[in-house]
Amino acid sequence: MQKFTTLTGIAAPMPLVNIDTDMIIPKQFLKTIARTGLGKNLFDEMRYTQDGAEIPGFVLNQPAYRKTEILVAGDNFGCGSSREHAPWALLDFGIRAVISTSFADIFFNNCFKNGILPIVLPREAVAVLMEDARKGANARMTVDLAAQTVASSDGQVFPFEVDAFKKHCLLNGLDDIGLTLEKVRAIDSFEATAAQSRPWV
Amino acid sequence: MTGPKTLYDKIWDAHVVSTSDDGTCLLYIDRHLVHEVTSPQAFEGLRLAGRKVRAPEKTIAVPDHNVPTTLDRVSGVIANEESRIQVDALDRNARDFGVVYYPVSDVRQGIVHIVGPEQGWTLPGMTVVCGDSHTATHGAFGALAHGIGTSEVEHVLATQTLIQKKSRNMKVEITGHLSPGVTAKDITLSVIGATGTAGGTGHVIEYCGTAIEDLSMEGRMTVCNMAIEGGARAGLIAPDEKTFAYVMGRPHAPKGAQWEAALNWWKTLKTDPGAHFDKVVTLKGEDIAPVVTWGTSPEDVLPITGVVPAPSDFSGGKVEAAQRSLDYMGLTPGMKLTDIKIDTVFIGSCTNGRIEDLRAAAAILKGRKIKEGMRAMVVPGSGLVRAQAEEEGLAQIFIDAGMEWRLAGCSMCLAMNPDQLAPGERCAATSNRNFEGRQGRGGRTHLLSPAMAAAAAITGRLTDVREMM
Repeated sequence: MQKFTTLTGIAAPMPLVNIDTDMIIPKQFLKTIARTGLGKNLFDEMRYTQDGAEIPGFVLNQPAYRKTEILVAGDNFGCGSSREHAPWALLDFGIRAVISTSFADIFFNNCFKNGILPIVLPREAVAVLMEDARKGANARMTVDLAAQTVASSDGQVFPFEVDAFKKHCLLNGLDDIGLTLEKVRAIDSFEATAAQSRPWV
Repeated sequence: MTGPKTLYDKIWDAHVVSTSDDGTCLLYIDRHLVHEVTSPQAFEGLRLAGRKVRAPEKTIAVPDHNVPTTLDRVSGVIANEESRIQVDALDRNARDFGVVYYPVSDVRQGIVHIVGPEQGWTLPGMTVVCGDSHTATHGAFGALAHGIGTSEVEHVLATQTLIQKKSRNMKVEITGHLSPGVTAKDITLSVIGATGTAGGTGHVIEYCGTAIEDLSMEGRMTVCNMAIEGGARAGLIAPDEKTFAYVMGRPHAPKGAQWEAALNWWKTLKTDPGAHFDKVVTLKGEDIAPVVTWGTSPEDVLPITGVVPAPSDFSGGKVEAAQRSLDYMGLTPGMKLTDIKIDTVFIGSCTNGRIEDLRAAAAILKGRKIKEGMRAMVVPGSGLVRAQAEEEGLAQIFIDAGMEWRLAGCSMCLAMNPDQLAPGERCAATSNRNFEGRQGRGGRTHLLSPAMAAAAAITGRLTDVREMM
């Protein structure tokens, strides 16, 4: 997994609430057996017409936002399906951080497995950053994971909370499976006990 | 942890392998269900790292999302190349890694969340995961069940555990009893309507109360299935005599002395008096009406007797979202919900593709015909549900009414197979999501119960099923 330390980049505003995983990556693109290549279909039905032409009004199609690395989004971003194709599509497009007042649980978790940092901030802070993002390409925000801060283009700094273990894995680009396999004895022992107490499992 | 415990606390505690200083736990997983869409990258990850599936006998795979449901599928090949590649990949991965497998050709094949309980893989007190958000379904048995992403699928395949932090406890109590024509689907939609799609975020919901106890196992699965639409990763219902009766004799349920031992433990799986809940929501069963959704979020729920709302009825970010929903759905504020004309009816999915759902729809359709020009399909949740429905004469009722009687799969719930809506096509669906484009680009979805879907198929518009009973 790609490490996440600090990121300075263009932020795009997506104020719509309840942006769901079907909007992020519609089901026709879930038929892949790879993790890469989904960026071109990120937000497909909002981004392109039925015949594949770009919809000029959609934020990521506007010249200032074509190289977006940070999304500032409305409440409950990523609700819906467990499809990890949603963070894969964001990552493949180049988005490494999403800022909102709230995220759906499974999506939130999936982001951390893919080097994407979802940041929860209070409503007032998201409102300030949303306005900042509306300024276009000249407004570059900075996310510092070690310091747990987001800075707007004009230098307003907002601290955020992040789970210590998830932060550690993201800062160091660590693979969960490798970490868990270090505890294989504990798993063996749990299984041995469970085989006695719940033999029907 | 001492003191009174919730059902969630008890199942959680029974599965903790280890706990870190910051409270992050390694949780043991008793059952891992796998389907073709969210697993190929996980199996590929194992191959690249030279890892095996730790517990193939606890890993159950079945293709469901991509499979065609038309009768000609028995002849073999899936026409859509990408779908075929995904199903072929699951065939190969199941064989190479030795996991339990129900291929398309097996009569037991069906939607993973219907097959698990049907085969007795899902049992009370278990931890159950699947790379699918509707894994919450299995909570109906008093199992802690939730969806995971593909990276976590790989983690569970390799280690039979998940790295987790405990969620908070939420209680949703439905007091009293439901009125005639009101079903489990109306309960679960009404709860989401009341709490919003983020109302359960960070929580595990325990559904309780007399109206929940009244429900069959099928109804309880419908309620838990949509816990995720309310933002909760998992929904739970304490197991009782109905649960034990459903489980007994299933192919993978315990037998003999093990059954007795299991039963003794299962009977302890209930929330202790005085246990703490972080959030409590109570609805009266008598207040719940047959409901439908009008917008593009499952929280956009109204009684069928209502009218389409205006954006000004909402506040904050929901104003813009409501306007966008109305535009997408092609609806005008103030319009009666019962005046909304329907092109298509879809009965099926992991929410409402079980035998009881088909019985409820058939009870309304018996001796009636669907509206001329209406496209209506009934897609059973598994091959065994299909067989039972044929034996009970339900299939013939659907066919006589003018509906298509399909083979098992996820079908038009998420339209990954050929069953899709055309742009602007309006569908009354017993499935779980009315998101933009969910059933096909530009397609318009109204969620409702199987009985309400049957009523809409007959009249050609959203209809109060109570008028047809």
